[in-house]
Amino acid sequence: MTAPVLYGLCGAALVGIGLYGLVAGADLLRRILGFNVVGSGVFLYFGSLAARHPTLAVDPVPQAMIITGIVVALAGTALAVAIAIRLHDETATTRPPGNAENRDARDLR
Amino acid sequence: MTAPLAFDLVLCLLLIGVGLAAVLARDLFAAIVLFIVYGLFVAIGWVRLDAVDVALAEAAIGAGLSGVLLLRAAGLLGQRSEAPAQPPHKRHFGSALPCAAIAAVLALLSLLLPDTIAGLRGPVGENLAATGVGNSVTAVLLDFRGYDTLLETVVLFAALVGVWSLTPDQLWGGRPGLKEHARIDGVLTSFGRLLPPVGLMIGVYLVWIGADAPGGAFQAGTVLASVWMLAIMAGLVDAPPVSRLRLRLAVAVGPLLFLAVASAGLFTGGFLVIPAAQAKTIILAIEAALTLSIAVTLALLVMGRPRRPA
Repeated sequence: MTAPVLYGLCGAALVGIGLYGLVAGADLLRRILGFNVVGSGVFLYFGSLAARHPTLAVDPVPQAMIITGIVVALAGTALAVAIAIRLHDETATTRPPGNAENRDARDLR
Repeated sequence: MTAPLAFDLVLCLLLIGVGLAAVLARDLFAAIVLFIVYGLFVAIGWVRLDAVDVALAEAAIGAGLSGVLLLRAAGLLGQRSEAPAQPPHKRHFGSALPCAAIAAVLALLSLLLPDTIAGLRGPVGENLAATGVGNSVTAVLLDFRGYDTLLETVVLFAALVGVWSLTPDQLWGGRPGLKEHARIDGVLTSFGRLLPPVGLMIGVYLVWIGADAPGGAFQAGTVLASVWMLAIMAGLVDAPPVSRLRLRLAVAVGPLLFLAVASAGLFTGGFLVIPAAQAKTIILAIEAALTLSIAVTLALLVMGRPRRPA
């Protein structure tokens, strides 16, 4: 097994872990964190494909696209965090809407 | 098994372990700190894959700025809520199974793909001389795939507009973040005085060297953004009101210059065509303007919407 294949497998596992955080996270900040883990898993997977050559250096085109992706992921994260904070300002909770515990918390208020 | 491959194997296991711990941690603060550690491990992985430009971006943006963003949000939410402690995840086997299935399919595909992929190394190498820069990643970012970078700066701009538009009416045009109260003789204030000169130098160096070696506008912009945020968090300077004209100009100058150069290309060859003779000068000028805009935009994105009057 070569190093790029290893990092490809690692990226695949991280996508799975991040997806779980994204769908099962108890509050929005955890879901945003999971979204970022999915992102870095996808980037690692993509980047490992760019490194698949026994002699030549890493392909620069996927690298450039990954750098772009990292910045766009941060922009998305910042917007999501701002929306989560606003939701907290309005409802005093950061649990996703529709969550059963969320309705309980609102009743208590 | 050779020693480098053993190192890679340990690193991958650490990545999976820390990533899993960050997603499953009981305490939100612990989860975010684990996520920052995770980002640094990912950056080491990029160095091992020989992608130093990506490693710099991941360490600075993926681990650093995302971590600060999440920590600030957790602090802001924690301060004012008397909500009961976050219970850990309910263990959802129903959602864990599809996630594991997706990971398994991706892993299988990664095993099935050939070990040698030529990719676009050849065409990039042959045309690198025409761009005037020696770093092929910078050449791809600003010349061959310039539209990616142009649209990316627009995405950053749009995200900032989105964040600001969440401001309540009475605070519109105010200063982002809460007033910082750092101890005058505290560690944060000392770092706030000590690090900015060093950070400024590293930032300028990263833009300049980005033409020929790992570095560039995004990495440099992040370093400059963190220097500015450090000075603000240490209470040495105050966050500017978002209605200030100079601030808005700084946010817009990079994308506008890039767009102007791209449109000027319409007269010489086509949209985004940079004339080969002045390519290095033009790319460095765009990089310089982009660095300023990226630094200011990233810092403002992390600081969030206005929370107090100007």
